Amino acid sequence: MPLPELFVPPDVDAQRAFLRAKQRRMEPKVIPVAEAVRRLVHPGDYLGVGGFGTNRIPTAVLHEILRQGIKGLGLAGHTATHDFQILAAGAAIDRVDVAYVVGLEARGLSRSARRLFEQGKLRVTEWTNAALAWRYQAAAMGVPFLPARIMLGTDTMAYSAAKEIECPYTGIKLLALPALTPDLAIIHVHRADVFGNCQIDGISVSDGDLARAAKHVLITCERLVPGEEIRRDPTRTIIPYFLVDAVCEVPFGSYPGNMPYEYFSDEDHLRAWLRAEEDPEELEAFLQRYVLGTTCFAEYLQLCGGLERLRQLRQQELMIDQAIAAGRPIGDEQGGGAQ
Amino acid sequence: MSGSPGYNAMELMICVASRALEDGSTVVVGTGAPCAAAMLAQRVSAPNLMIMFEAGGVGPLLPSMPISVGDSRTFYRGVAASTMPEIMAMCQRGMVDYCFLGGAQVDAYGNLNSTVIGSHERPKVRLPGSGGANDLASLCWRTMMLTPQDRRRFVERVDFVTTPGYLTGPGAREAAGLPPATGPYKVITDLCVIGFDEATCRMRVESLHPGVSREDVETNTGFALLWPVEVGSTDPPTDEELAILRREVDPLRYVIGRI
Repeated sequence: MPLPELFVPPDVDAQRAFLRAKQRRMEPKVIPVAEAVRRLVHPGDYLGVGGFGTNRIPTAVLHEILRQGIKGLGLAGHTATHDFQILAAGAAIDRVDVAYVVGLEARGLSRSARRLFEQGKLRVTEWTNAALAWRYQAAAMGVPFLPARIMLGTDTMAYSAAKEIECPYTGIKLLALPALTPDLAIIHVHRADVFGNCQIDGISVSDGDLARAAKHVLITCERLVPGEEIRRDPTRTIIPYFLVDAVCEVPFGSYPGNMPYEYFSDEDHLRAWLRAEEDPEELEAFLQRYVLGTTCFAEYLQLCGGLERLRQLRQQELMIDQAIAAGRPIGDEQGGGAQ
Repeated sequence: MSGSPGYNAMELMICVASRALEDGSTVVVGTGAPCAAAMLAQRVSAPNLMIMFEAGGVGPLLPSMPISVGDSRTFYRGVAASTMPEIMAMCQRGMVDYCFLGGAQVDAYGNLNSTVIGSHERPKVRLPGSGGANDLASLCWRTMMLTPQDRRRFVERVDFVTTPGYLTGPGAREAAGLPPATGPYKVITDLCVIGFDEATCRMRVESLHPGVSREDVETNTGFALLWPVEVGSTDPPTDEELAILRREVDPLRYVIGRI
């Protein structure tokens, strides 16, 4: 067995030096997605993607990475489902720290993601969800590792790059999880101001730590809001502006994923992805139609049913569709639309 | 079989799993059958069961079955919408009683594989990996498994130990550094309920589901199971359990499927 690779080794003093020099002025950072990707995503970079696979994901940026043909990327596969599926379909990645990839939870396995592994096209190191979450946390704290009581005794540990240590106080065995500092974090949030102060509604998964761990942070947001709105309720600010390099306003930016309180996942479209992946040629055509052949995310949304589809998904998210269905006379298929 | 029992194997598994969850306990669940079992338990036997999801959802009043362990249903009217580090830390400091797992392969010690079939370098089938499974099985007090039982799944040796059961046997978890007094608790399959023998840490059948014989179980297991002197029989779902499962927990029959 080849020695598992530590793709991003911890270096806390290099991190401090980098962050000392990082621009921290509160100035507007709003740019279009294509420009943000040109500026912040370079061939070979190691990426961390926020949200949770099909929930609050920065789809527009992932599509743009494919459109710009950026290759050789590394990825933290911290429940990377549809996000991984997109990058795999575009063959944009060549190495991955795996916690959860390839699957789309209850929806099934991605054929094209599987092919990359099964044809040996990826360098792979195994971890777990907590391991990657705590690796971000270690980096966010500026320490080289965090101890944890997971993975011990398993092949997951043997195929990881983690090391065992003895606790200096209690003598127990611990796993030392190395700090993970991605070159770039890409995170979709509910609202941000032009400076990059970001608020997330609902679970924030690991995104607070991810934004602090990464060298650069690219934010997409459902909506830009006046700075006053952030200052009115600062308790909700998960990511403050000084962490952020660029802000892009992308309404419905998590589509076809779920955006809590905004719209539900488009299960039909996710099924269409999985179906297209069964055959490489069909996947090529699918990618051409929905991603490579489009100029921007709004065009993709239009192809997927546009405002009408998004209205349905909003009703699903808010469970208004059920209320409408419950009140609809039996046999009235037309009733209950938008009032 | 003469006469259908009026429920299917999935409904039976979910009902049996729900009974294992004590009132007032805490459980981290995934989507599908485990979530259905926890929701049923809340409505029948364990109203104070606290349900959590690894992406951060705490104590939701689940309006329907989530599709993802991070979707908005997992914290719908919850007591907290937190973070993954928060949930995992809660497991690590000993506040989570149960987790529910499955896998492509399981061995007699309850070790699970959800990483690869074949070799890691050139897998025949690449599976998702640990996700949170290794974390939960390392840290929660009791690991429950809910899985169909057949020879492809119940194997002598898993191709990859993604998630720790009792590893190689008595004392192995502690020797590896995992928290003491943790480990697999019950395996609920479509054929029987299996526990773990204290002396050997191997699977031991506890009860056979209605209409299932010892031979059926052995035919569908790729390793030697332990048997008690007298094996029990699983109580079938009650009318109340079935009614609530079908009416409130999974009315669209996403998980329980058709009878």
